[in-house]
Amino acid sequence: MTAADTLRFAARAALGYRRRAVLLVLAVAIGVAAVVALTALGDGVRRYVMHQFESIGSNLVFVMPGRTETGGLSLGSVVTNTPRDLTLDDAAAIARAPLVLRAAPVVVGMSEAAANGRLRETHIVGTTSSIADILHFQVAQGRFLPADDWKRPGTAAVIGETVRKELFDAESGIGQMIRIGDRRLRVVGVIKATGQGLIGNIDEMVVVPAATAMALFNTNSLFRIAVEARERGAVAATKTQIETLMRARHGGELDVTLITQDALLATFDSVLGALTLAVAGIAAISLAVAGILVMNVMLVAVAQRTAEVGLLKALGASGSDVVRVFLAEAALLSTVGAVFGYGLGQLAAWGIRVALPTLPAWPPLWAVAAALALALASGLAFGTLPARHAAALDPVVALARH
Amino acid sequence: MPQLELSRITRTFALGKAKVRALTNVNVSIAAGEYVAIMGPSGSGKSTLLNLLGLLDRPDTGRYRLEGRDVTTLSSDELAAVRRERIGFVFQSFHLVPRLTAAENIALPLVLEGVAQAERERRVAEALARVGLTDRAGHKPDELSGGQRQRIAIARAIVMRPAMLLADEPTGNLDRHTGADVTELLESLNDAGTTLIVVTHDPLMGRRARRRLIMVDGVLSDDGGAPSRLS
Repeated sequence: MTAADTLRFAARAALGYRRRAVLLVLAVAIGVAAVVALTALGDGVRRYVMHQFESIGSNLVFVMPGRTETGGLSLGSVVTNTPRDLTLDDAAAIARAPLVLRAAPVVVGMSEAAANGRLRETHIVGTTSSIADILHFQVAQGRFLPADDWKRPGTAAVIGETVRKELFDAESGIGQMIRIGDRRLRVVGVIKATGQGLIGNIDEMVVVPAATAMALFNTNSLFRIAVEARERGAVAATKTQIETLMRARHGGELDVTLITQDALLATFDSVLGALTLAVAGIAAISLAVAGILVMNVMLVAVAQRTAEVGLLKALGASGSDVVRVFLAEAALLSTVGAVFGYGLGQLAAWGIRVALPTLPAWPPLWAVAAALALALASGLAFGTLPARHAAALDPVVALARH
Repeated sequence: MPQLELSRITRTFALGKAKVRALTNVNVSIAAGEYVAIMGPSGSGKSTLLNLLGLLDRPDTGRYRLEGRDVTTLSSDELAAVRRERIGFVFQSFHLVPRLTAAENIALPLVLEGVAQAERERRVAEALARVGLTDRAGHKPDELSGGQRQRIAIARAIVMRPAMLLADEPTGNLDRHTGADVTELLESLNDAGTTLIVVTHDPLMGRRARRRLIMVDGVLSDDGGAPSRLS
């Protein structure tokens, strides 16, 4: 029996039992569509987040107090194992390093903000004017923090869009007094709504001078120092330079951790990539279930067509002819299901893109290829048992059945 | 050399725990071109004998030589090849594939053999003409009468130009008149040289056969008209 004849015979058989064929195609289609749509969603989230990070620029280095990895033995590690504070002076020193374009200290905390007779618990970010350039904050109204002496507490405050809306409604709030903890500050600007950023949701923050925040939270240590390297290609050299500087300033001990944005990006990429993979795996379960259904439906098909199998054998079909006929039918229906499901999945992905225009929900190529291959493979794998069952039928017994 | 030669054939079926002897020590030889009717009461083993002759079933003991070749030791795929090339089957219930047209049903053995499309069409048309149903080529089995269905089944049985036709109650599902037509068709094929072996209850058809094998309880009780006896 030639391959073309086998396929034609299988196609006629599949079309001969419409309801059975439709059910099988539907089962496989749902499985494939689930993989395509869910990976589109997962990968869309990954791309969205990556895009958000990349838009900030990838020449950033973050300095954090404490050491997350074990270094070599030094005098410092014998004398003390408590990391030194990361101070405003450290930040200023880093800002003066040759390879550093800008640096800004960052202090964070929660405090209540009151204005216009309203009170709200909010995130406070203590920093300096250069953070706006480093993290690409855009000011919607007014201006950003003034470039004063870092060590002097100032009275200016810049608020996020959500904070503005909740405290001042439709008004800009500029020039208004705002009470943060026990300090009275004046709102000088509103940051353009951008949503999630590198240091949290900017819209829900109040940005104040670093020294003010340190006094407010009664702390001498910074949360981070955000550093922008002069050149994108010189991030590694900048990192080394900062390390040398910090070691010199902290008594020969490197008690800070430096994270480049590239490393951060790579981490996010792998985490979100794993998420997409996990989602794909869950969706693939539905493909496996569809595979079981393929087996069930094909077993019914063999039972329905027992007499036909007997006839084929009487007419001289070999065991492998019978196996191929039923396998071809399972493969054919699985393929149709897979193609149909691919279309369905793309439609769903399109629906997601329409509903959430910021989310680039395109199914990744590997997921589409894997879904189609898996659908075909499960059709063949789960079709094998029924096909072998058919081939093993005794022709005399099979012919006696109707 | 006889075309078919069964010697000391025994076939036993396990029916639950009991063992039923369907055939006991059967010896038959049939020459090419013979017209043989296998007769006997229900359960006498005549269908089992036909299945053995058609290589659909294997004997437990004994030897079966088909055209001089011992076929008792062949693998099931080798048996399939012999069935495809040398044997045509006609069944009581026609066994046409309902979703295929008459022409496609007839073409099935050619498809299994892998005959090229053009040659296939030519031979299907020839077989259709031989059974007088050229105008029914595109009809599905459920659009045909019982007699027409059996003619299509006969066309399918002869499309590979087999050496022998094995028919199991070919007129059992037909009325007297169409049954007679089918009988005549089979006999005309036999006249053209094909060996015809028919299992039948129909005494009329039995009488028309040139040789009758009477089966009783799995034993060949009478071999009326064996060539050896005639001579």
